[in-house]
Amino acid sequence: MAKRYSRRKFILYGSAALGTSVFLKACSGSGPDTPQTTGNAPATPAATPAAATPTASPVAAASGGDTIKVGILHSLSGTMAISEKSVVDAEQLAIEEINAAGGVLGKRIEPIVEDGASDWPTFAEKARKLIDQDKVVTIFGCWTSASRKAVLPVFEEKKHMLWYPVQYEGQECSNNIFYTGAAPNQQIEPSVDWLLQNKGKEFFLIGSDYVFPRTANTIIKAQLEAKGGKTVGEDYLQLGNTEVTPIITKIKQALPNGGVIYNTLNGDSNVAFFKQMQGAGLTPDKYPTMSVSIAEEEVKAIGPEYLKGHYAAWNYFMTVDSPANKKFVDAFKAKYGADRVTNDPMEAAYIAVYLWKQAVEKAKTTDLEAVRKAALGQTLEAPGGLVTMENNHHIAKVVRIGEVKEDGQFNIVFATPKAVSPIPWNQFVAETKGLSCDWSDPAKGGKFKTTT
Amino acid sequence: MALLFDVLFNGLSIGAVLLIAALGLAIVFGLMGVINLAHGELMMLGAYTTFIVQNIFKALGSGWFETYIFFALPLAFLVAAGAGLILERGAIRFLYGRPLETLLATWGVSLILQQFVRSANWVLIIGIVLFCLLFFGAMWILRRRPDFDRIRNWVVTIMLPLSLGIAIAFCSFLAQTYKLAVTKPWFGAQNVDVTAPKWLRGGLPIGTFQLPYARLFIIGLTIVCIVGIYLFLQRSAWGLRIRAVTQNRSMSSCLGIPTAKVDAITFALGSGLAGVAGCAISLLGSVGPNTGQNYVVDTFMVVVVGGVGKLVGTIVAAIAIGTANYLIGSGTLALMLTPIKPLADFFTFFATSSMAKVMVFALIIAFLQVRPAGIFPQKGRTVDA
Repeated sequence: MAKRYSRRKFILYGSAALGTSVFLKACSGSGPDTPQTTGNAPATPAATPAAATPTASPVAAASGGDTIKVGILHSLSGTMAISEKSVVDAEQLAIEEINAAGGVLGKRIEPIVEDGASDWPTFAEKARKLIDQDKVVTIFGCWTSASRKAVLPVFEEKKHMLWYPVQYEGQECSNNIFYTGAAPNQQIEPSVDWLLQNKGKEFFLIGSDYVFPRTANTIIKAQLEAKGGKTVGEDYLQLGNTEVTPIITKIKQALPNGGVIYNTLNGDSNVAFFKQMQGAGLTPDKYPTMSVSIAEEEVKAIGPEYLKGHYAAWNYFMTVDSPANKKFVDAFKAKYGADRVTNDPMEAAYIAVYLWKQAVEKAKTTDLEAVRKAALGQTLEAPGGLVTMENNHHIAKVVRIGEVKEDGQFNIVFATPKAVSPIPWNQFVAETKGLSCDWSDPAKGGKFKTTT
Repeated sequence: MALLFDVLFNGLSIGAVLLIAALGLAIVFGLMGVINLAHGELMMLGAYTTFIVQNIFKALGSGWFETYIFFALPLAFLVAAGAGLILERGAIRFLYGRPLETLLATWGVSLILQQFVRSANWVLIIGIVLFCLLFFGAMWILRRRPDFDRIRNWVVTIMLPLSLGIAIAFCSFLAQTYKLAVTKPWFGAQNVDVTAPKWLRGGLPIGTFQLPYARLFIIGLTIVCIVGIYLFLQRSAWGLRIRAVTQNRSMSSCLGIPTAKVDAITFALGSGLAGVAGCAISLLGSVGPNTGQNYVVDTFMVVVVGGVGKLVGTIVAAIAIGTANYLIGSGTLALMLTPIKPLADFFTFFATSSMAKVMVFALIIAFLQVRPAGIFPQKGRTVDA
């Protein structure tokens, strides 16, 4: 009897819990992260797609006609959510601005947000869903190279289009992807040059254990060898690992008198690395660290006290002084709150939407092949300076190096005088030396030998 | 000598982090046998409590800020213990003796908690409170009716959608009237910044070596926690009851020990310790919705290796795993074995963080083959083992 009673009670509480979770979902749907809340679309709160829940299904998907559907595919949960969430915010801001200005080809853009959940197979699955089921005309998405590599076969198979907004290791040039983040020669190489000139010749390389840091470090090692620097050690931490004591011991052994640390860690590990580095007495005056994954957003999460005096290399900083940047920052703060910051991948995602819009307007259709052709050569006065979409599907942009200040912003200590052209195939690595990429000419394609 | 000291201190400091994270689980899993996959999320709640306390103290001024950690620790304990109590009363107590269901239920709870800190905002909290008030309030009032058992199902079917509907309607009304002020997430999906007070940053220089203050603090805190648990379990009346229920539940029940209450207290104690651990790890690592996930596997590993049901096993296992991890991962072992060439080469191969973990796991599996019950297996007769 007692057992039956408790089971019945369990069913009761179970249904209560179910009710609460349904309710949680409905409520989180009316949060600021959904496209419709602050937009001009009439949306009933209960039917608002909850962007934060992976199971959210867009209700308005069936309404075709005067809207153009685009996909947004980023991790809204899992270890990468820390970085990718704000990129989604930037993309939605750009879409909203375009819609407010009359849309594209006279139609409203309708974003369909999917959660890749920091899980690479999920990315491929969701990309397939966006293309097949939602019939989107393009997708903005991915952060980690691992997720990009996971969706690449889907995009090649469907001959679809992905706009990838993050700096990456290069060594790829797909006809189906537009890369609006930096290629290595627009971030890593100039920063290594700058370190060699200003900070020292001995480098310790540390990164997360996946494709970007490993490839990036191969490039750095080759570059150091060519330019007279020295790699004294390297180590990789799994994504999410926060125990860095062994690595700090190694750094001390390899660089007893100080030297440069080149950091390609991603996500949570950065926090642990900088906190424990300060505890172990590795200060930026002796051990300056150059990071390629730490921007304003991450500085805020780690705490500027731990990062002050360290460096980061990007194409864009929030402190860039230009009218386009002021407009971008103001619009972002107005939409998401005054304490929010903008960073490089967000800027790259923001301009990706605008470049796509310009390409669609030039092509006068959303047909994939026509847009792909029209996108080449598009220029835009971006927040980070003038950018040009080149024939290799990467964009030319300015390179900057910033030093973390007390308030969490960057003091720009170096900037290239003009936009640097992207080189996707790395010229320091033997296997890809002399390779190039040109999609304006079908005979050349993604990987051809230059005659030089 | 310096090398030995280095190894001892660093092994101990990694071990202390593992230990403080595993202590709560040693009680919940070790003593009660509940596989609590939400343990990491209870740590996360502790870490977020630290974040909130830090922000309050930051607003009070710099003098106060230096002391916030001492207020954050007990508060983190209370918050996590409270969450653990709700979890035990609300779900786990119906699932004792059904490990598979417990596992799934606690995993679900861990996902709910993660999503909760991501999307927690005023609207959500007000909505949940309103729903609980309406639904459980109605149940409480109606319970006094003599024919409650007969109408119970009807009440649930009517009240559940009704209170849900009212709460959602009120919620969306709030969201549309006050917009960003109430719908802005408190924490968001981003990690939050927990900064240690100044006296916990930096380290104590000894020769060429520097002992990080944060590590010393965690080692001290771990010792305090162990002593506290020992005294509680061995010297207090409730500790005696907990030990009695652990050894023989039905006998204790016969002798008049309120086992349900003991279960709740034990679980709350374990959860509270998770909260303290969350506060401690915020000094070293990141504080975000995923903070707990990074630790939960390690904590189970420590408890299993140490031997389920024995606190001393957990202590030994944590320090052993910490030291092994450090020796292999930092390349110190390879350095010590330089005279023996093949062995040194072998350990140099494993001297990266990822490979060290592989090696440690392999060692643990090998060890569990020899001693399946852990370092200190539970001895004696147990009825419901």
